[in-house]
Parts: sequence; C-alpha cells; structure tokens
Amino acid sequence: MSHLHKEKPGTRRLCMGNEAIVRGALEAGVAVAAGYPGTPSSEIIETLSESAESQGLYVEWSVNEKVALEVASAASFAGLRSLAVMKQPGLNVASDYLLHLSGSGTRGGIVLVSADDPGALSSVNEGETRPYAKLMEVPLLEPGDVQEAREMTAWAFELSESIRNVVLLRTVTRLSHASGTVVMGNVQETEKRARFTHDGFIIDPMEGVVMSPPVEWKHGQQQEKLEKARALFETSPFNTYEGPDNPELLIITSSVCALYSREAVSLLKAQERVGILKLGTTWPLPEVLVKKHLASTEKVLVVEEVLPFLEGEIKILAAESAGEIGVKHFFGKKEGNLASTGEMNPDRVVGALSAILEIPYEGLEAAYAQRATEVSFMGSPNREATFCPGCPHRASFWSINTVLSMDNRNGFVCGDIGCYSMAVLPAGFSTLKTLHAMGSGTGVASGFGKLSPFGMDQPVVSVCGDSTFFHSILPPLANAIHHRANLTLVVLDNSGTAMTGFQPHPGLGVDAMGSPAHSIDIPTVCKALGARVSVTDPFEVATTRETLFDLMEQEGVGVLVLKQACALSPEKKRTKAWEMSVDESTCLGETCGCNRLCTRIFACPGLVWDKEKGTARIDEVVCTGCGVCADICPVGAIGKVAPV
Amino acid sequence: MDGRGLPHDPYNLIVAGVGGQGNVMTSRTIGSMLAAQGFFVTIGETFGASQRGGSVMSHLRISARCSWSPQIPLGKAHMVVSMEPSEAIRVLKDFGNRQVKVITNTRPFLPVGVISGQLSYPSDEEIRGWILEMTEGAWFLNATEEAVKIGAPVLGNVIMAGALAGTGELPLARELFEGAAEKRFDGETLAQNLTAFDVGVAAVSG
Repeated sequence: MSHLHKEKPGTRRLCMGNEAIVRGALEAGVAVAAGYPGTPSSEIIETLSESAESQGLYVEWSVNEKVALEVASAASFAGLRSLAVMKQPGLNVASDYLLHLSGSGTRGGIVLVSADDPGALSSVNEGETRPYAKLMEVPLLEPGDVQEAREMTAWAFELSESIRNVVLLRTVTRLSHASGTVVMGNVQETEKRARFTHDGFIIDPMEGVVMSPPVEWKHGQQQEKLEKARALFETSPFNTYEGPDNPELLIITSSVCALYSREAVSLLKAQERVGILKLGTTWPLPEVLVKKHLASTEKVLVVEEVLPFLEGEIKILAAESAGEIGVKHFFGKKEGNLASTGEMNPDRVVGALSAILEIPYEGLEAAYAQRATEVSFMGSPNREATFCPGCPHRASFWSINTVLSMDNRNGFVCGDIGCYSMAVLPAGFSTLKTLHAMGSGTGVASGFGKLSPFGMDQPVVSVCGDSTFFHSILPPLANAIHHRANLTLVVLDNSGTAMTGFQPHPGLGVDAMGSPAHSIDIPTVCKALGARVSVTDPFEVATTRETLFDLMEQEGVGVLVLKQACALSPEKKRTKAWEMSVDESTCLGETCGCNRLCTRIFACPGLVWDKEKGTARIDEVVCTGCGVCADICPVGAIGKVAPV
Repeated sequence: MDGRGLPHDPYNLIVAGVGGQGNVMTSRTIGSMLAAQGFFVTIGETFGASQRGGSVMSHLRISARCSWSPQIPLGKAHMVVSMEPSEAIRVLKDFGNRQVKVITNTRPFLPVGVISGQLSYPSDEEIRGWILEMTEGAWFLNATEEAVKIGAPVLGNVIMAGALAGTGELPLARELFEGAAEKRFDGETLAQNLTAFDVGVAAVSG
C-alpha cells in the first residue's frame, strides 16, 4: 500500500481513506507534515513518511498535536505547503495555538486534518471537529467518500493559499479506515524552498510579523477571509444534489452520511420522492446554494454525525430566509428522528425516512431475527476486549493490583488513553479508577496526592505510556514534584506508540522517516525533575512488586518505569522467549485452593482451562511465551524452558 | 465492468473474526483482487485498541455500478467469511438472512469470559448445526490447523480467502492472488501463501 506518489495519474486503485488524503496532499506538493498518532488518523503520517525521501518531504511524529500544528505552520510561514494531522481529541490540545494561528493568518497552504470517531469505535469519546471551524473562524471541508478525500485534500491547499488562512479538513473513522476505489490525479512538482520573510512592514501579511495583533483589525481580516471562502463554496463541485427538482423531502447531509443517505433512499426505492443535497464545504455554509434547495421543498431532514451542527446552522438560515422561501418543516436530531449519539448507518437513516415517508421496511426478517438472536445468545459468548496474549500491561497491572491489595489502604490507579485504558476492565483486574485525556491520570493523581489534609489516606498511583509521557506527562509530573504531592507514577514503557502501530516518539532513537534521532531517557528526565526513580521489567513479577511497594510506601513522587516491548512489536514477531507448559500432575485444578487464579483472574488468552482434564493448559497457537504465568501459579505447575 | 461474475450487485461480504487474527489482511487481499478487475470495492472496517481480543468485522461492498456505503444494512449480507466459529454466529444475528452463506474456520478462539469460567463456549456440533440452520449453505474448515502445518497460524487468513475463491461465488482467480502476493512477499513466505490459498480452494471443492 506504500509509495503512493508513484501511482500514475488516471490509475484506479483500492485506497484507504487516509491514503487518499495522503495522495491528495502529495498531488498538491506538500513539503512538511507533522502529527501525533491517534486512531483513525495515524496512517496519514505513516504513509507520507514512506514517500518522504523520494519526494523530498519532511515528515515528523511530533511530541503532541499542538507542537505538530506549530511545526506545520512554520513551513507555511516559510512559504511551503504543509499538513498537520491528528484525531479530534488532539485538536483540543492544538486548539490554543489554532486560535492564534487563525488570527495571525498563514502564507503557504496549510491544512489541518482532524479525524472524528463517531460511535467511539477506537476512542473514549465522540469529540467533534466541526464546531471548531465556527469557533476558530476557519473554513471546513468534509469529504463524502474516498475519491473525494483525495480531491478535496488537494484543493484544500489552494483554498488555504487563496484566503491565507489554515483550512480544517474533517474525516471520520468510516472514511479514514474505509477502503474504496480511487482514481489518481497529477502530482504537482513544486519548488520546495523555504524562506521566512519577516522584515517588511510590521502588519504586512506576507512580509511582516506573523501575529494576531492588532486584534480587532486582524479579526476583521479573518472574517473577510471566511466570506471569501463562502463565495468559493457557493459554486464548489464538492456540493452536489441528486433527486427531483421539487422533492417531497430534502435530505441535507455531509461526510459518509451522504453514502448512508443514498443507500437508505435506494433501499426504500424513494428516489422519485427524496432529494439529497450533499455538502462538502460545511463551514461557512454556502448560503445561496442551501437557500435555493430549501426553496424547492417543504420538508427537510438533516443527516449528520454526531451532534446537530448542520441542522442548527441550516435552521438559522431558514429562519432568516423564511419570508423569501417560506417556513420549512425540519426533521433531524432535535425532532428525534435520528439519534444525537453514536454513529450513523444506513439502517438509522432508513428508520427516519420510512417514518417520515410512511414506507414500510423490514431489514432483518422478523422470524429469522428472533431465531438468530436465540442462536447467538447460545452460540456466541460475549467477547470482552482484553490485553493481547503476552501483553506487558497484563503483567504490569497484575503487580500494581497485588501491591495495592498488600498495602490494604484501598489504593487506586488514575489513567489516560492507551491500550492500558482497558485496565478499567477485568483484563487489567479493574485497577484503573479514573480515565480521561492524555496525561490526565498524572494530573488527577497530583490533585489526589494533596488531599491528605482532608483525611484521604489512600495511596495514589498513576499510569502512562512512553509516548504519552512526552505528549503530556511532563507538566503534571513537574506540578506533583513541585507541590510535594504523594503519588507513584508507573510508566508502562513498551518501546513505541503501540496502540496506534508503533510510531516512534522522543524516547526512541529513530524518527518518522526512519532517520536516527536523539533519544531522551525517561528515567533520567524524571530524576532531573526530582523524583525517586526505579526501572524494572514487568515480566519479572516479584522484583516489580517489591520495587513498586517500596516506592509507594515513601512520601513524595516516585516513578517506576516498567520496560518491556509490546507483544505485537515487530521485534517480537513470531518469537517466543519461553516454551510454556502445564504439569498436569502438579496442577490441582479446582481442588487447589487457588480458585483457578491463572485462568479465572490472570486470564491471559494463551492459558485455557481444560474441562476434561480439570487442569490449566497452554494454547500453543495463542501463547507468545512471555513466561509470566509461571510466576502466577502458587504451586509451580506452570513451567518455562528456553526454546530450542 | 458489466457485472459479470457477481451473483448480486452490490455483493455484500462480511469478513469476521477476533481482533489480532488478521481480518484486515484478509479483507484487503480479497478487496484488492476484485478492485484489480475494475469492480467498485468499498471496505468498511475498524481497528484500534478496543478491537484487541474483541469481535471484529470488515464489510466489503462489491459492485460493477458504483461505490456503496462502508456499512452493510442489517440483514443484507450475502456471504460471511469467519476466522472464528462463534463469530460467524454473532454476525448472522445482525446481518443474516435465509439466503446467506457462511465459510468458517472451526478453530475456537476462546473469549476471556469462557477461559475464566463465567461463560460457556458451544460444542463443534452445536455450532455446525446452528450455522446450517441459519444459512442457505455453509463450509467448515480447520484453517488454523492447516495453517500451522504450512508454517504459521496467520496463514489461516489466506486459507479462508482461498476457500472463498473455491466456492466460485466471486471472481477470485488464483492468478490474481499470485499477483497480489508477489508484490508483498518472496521466497518461502510467498510459497507458503500460495500453498495456503490452494489449501483453502481445495477445502471447499472436495
């Protein structure tokens, strides 16, 4: 799937949405790209990095999203085209800078791609990008399919240059991670020469100081830029209409919801009754175009994910124009036709349409559905998400949980975003008790760590990943140390940004393009800040337990770095550190008194319960040979030997 | 493209399994083989931490006419290819119908709830019975066992793709697979992939 720049114009290829965005950026002659990993956006920077050398690009995994946007904007200030990429929660991180950037204006074309995850398929929230366009007063583009993702990304750079401001491009999981047929366009050969001109007249947008003051004047300029974008949007080919001239019902939609809408109309065979206005340019609204379509009908249904953003804006426009186009009957989220939580799909749109148009529809045949539900109840036991076989996090949380139990003061763990978020589940022995934004576990723990004057005597542990450490742990850690808070930070260092696919971070000696990079040592940083620091291997269960207990029993901030590579990391692929086996004569099963600790509590998928024999058994296909379960068994029935 | 070779348009294929089994690879392989023939292919999938160890599904929409949405409507699957037997049953609950067909690996991947003893996992006979009851036709093969014989459990994905080709439901000629595999692999790995594909074809043609 790599080397997208090599595809000739006109070639048709199956591309992921994120790859189509990359191709669009390459076609536009992007020179610099920066981002922070986050599902569903990560493949954009990854794929661009594969073309970096041959296309003369600079691509980086920045330390966090705010820095990514700052890095990308520097390229714009120097006249280059640049891309900043993040998932929506990262846009929250970058938003402080975005407010200043949109006020200062930009030079070379700069596009900020923000990926939403409606339905939280790989997230812990359904954060929205679209309101930021309104809040920051910048244009917003939303591709409706994979092909459009390519075309729209390429055009976004032109738009940015024509209004001299940053352009937001919003994608969603069902677009970024969908694959579809894409026809390639031309890759522009642009001269990539950087020069920052700063010594002209101070407020000259192309030669002066890049800044948002004088605020009121610049703010006016910014709004003029937005009006210029609106004028361009009125005739944009990304806004399309299909359906009769005067539809009984007008659907107004954007993004992948356009595909669901089209499918729903087709399932109901309602093409003669329903028109679909698909908007690709959703902020500022192309008002003339939308008004023209509103005038063609009485009834309007807005289909969008997740909150009623378009619905609200279109209603304002309809109210302003009621004298001209008449009063409209709106259907959508506010009216309860569609949910304002979770993602859309064809069936949700069908549900709304069949009720409004009074067309009966049966997707799942009732008798079949009833029997299938019974069969599924018996035949497909619930599959709770868990750590992978051989995951260091299972071992780490085993030790953390054991130490907190030994301490016996009802201690708990504060956490944040990563695979380790699953420690709220039995997978991590339900050890994690707060779960919020990147780095928040340590900030929250810093607060808990100051509550002893109020009688709180519970020990507080926070966890973070190695990539998160650099992203957003340094400020809360400094805060906790400076204020003498009592907490133990456990850094679950698995040598990469593992959840999103092993992207490098400042702790590693390599960058996004595979070039050597300066690696920053986490224990050294923590020591320099003034924490007590230890490092152990989480697979060494006894040592880890003792070290953590020792750190936790002392005042102030302790840091334990648990270092062991992710079970899925490329370096571990298909290799086993240990050959594991269960000695059936030693394993006492249900009569042991251990209450089947290994399979009932530790519950690694590589270790299963053999019903017939009444003992534990290693599943050779699933087991990765980490060796940890040998240390769990109280009677030593699980053995490990070095593989031959 | 005139739609030749597609029994339905769009043809709705679901590739199911457990996170980490290699679903994405299977759906991409099948999708690329069809896209190479000029079909409009849309693949909808999800991946990330929340999929680890959990149920996963890819939706493939194959059409000679246009691109379809990345989610198959409820009850509208034509074929389910599952890397894990209980997952095939789970998919039928939402996307099945009387005419649907299933190809499934018979090797269970036990949920942690089953390992811990809170839930029970159905027997092989029960699974076969239910799948046959809920479909127009089904193929059962122990793709994991065959894959281990060839060299690695992950080749089970290629065996399943081969089995789909072997049913003749979709135009998935061996040459197309060779073309796709040669771009990604060489040497022993390439040979293993081709063997796995053939094992899959043979498993459903017997």
